[in-house]
Amino acid sequence: MDWSLLYDAIHVVILLGIVAASVLVVRMKDLVSAAVALAAASLLLSLEFFILQAPDVAIAEAAVGAGLTTAIYIFAIKGTRRREEY
Amino acid sequence: MKAMSPIVRTMTGLLFAPIFLFGAYIILHGHLTPGGGFQGGAIIATGMALFLVAFGSERWRKKLLSILESTGLMAFVSIGFLGIVGGLFLYNFLAGTGSPIFGQEIAGMAGYAHPNSAPLLSSGTVALLNMFVGLEVVSGLTLIVVTLGLFAFSGKEDD
Repeated sequence: MDWSLLYDAIHVVILLGIVAASVLVVRMKDLVSAAVALAAASLLLSLEFFILQAPDVAIAEAAVGAGLTTAIYIFAIKGTRRREEY
Repeated sequence: MKAMSPIVRTMTGLLFAPIFLFGAYIILHGHLTPGGGFQGGAIIATGMALFLVAFGSERWRKKLLSILESTGLMAFVSIGFLGIVGGLFLYNFLAGTGSPIFGQEIAGMAGYAHPNSAPLLSSGTVALLNMFVGLEVVSGLTLIVVTLGLFAFSGKEDD
């Protein structure tokens, strides 16, 4: 069986997921949901790094991108307003 | 800053130990497997952020965190300067000397199936540097998250 086709398919699915999550980040009016969508995009990006055989970068991206950045964004949103107004 | 519901607090108590253990594993095996001081430290700092969000305590010892961060950095630079004894800054003066602290000799890589399966104590100063980087990253990132979190919830900047 030709495994490279499956490999390409996984790439396409993950990259489309990153694009979809990023579009959601821009379109959402609820900023907490947008922060969670950004975390999802970051997690998919770390999966892509892992598939591209950079596990080191993948660990750093998963920890910082999906964990700490989301916490910092949510604290920042708590300091202001939750909903975007226009 | 308010604490969250008992469900969240219980789950945080259960999850904190595995997160901490995984981060410590990533730091301590930094010279053999992917990851190292920064990655493991970021994972432990994620656990600290979870702790902050769930329990929301005001009583974080920021001075202690600051001192720990400085200690990690100073220890890293000190090990770097100790390397001058061997001739260069950051020279690995422990590797292959047979000392019990990370000095285990590797008798050629031929006996090992994979570079990652070398002995844990064989790295010389690299493992020590990873540990100090880990200490520095844990305290630094925790300090950032705690400062931002307490500021966002109380609205005032303390000390």
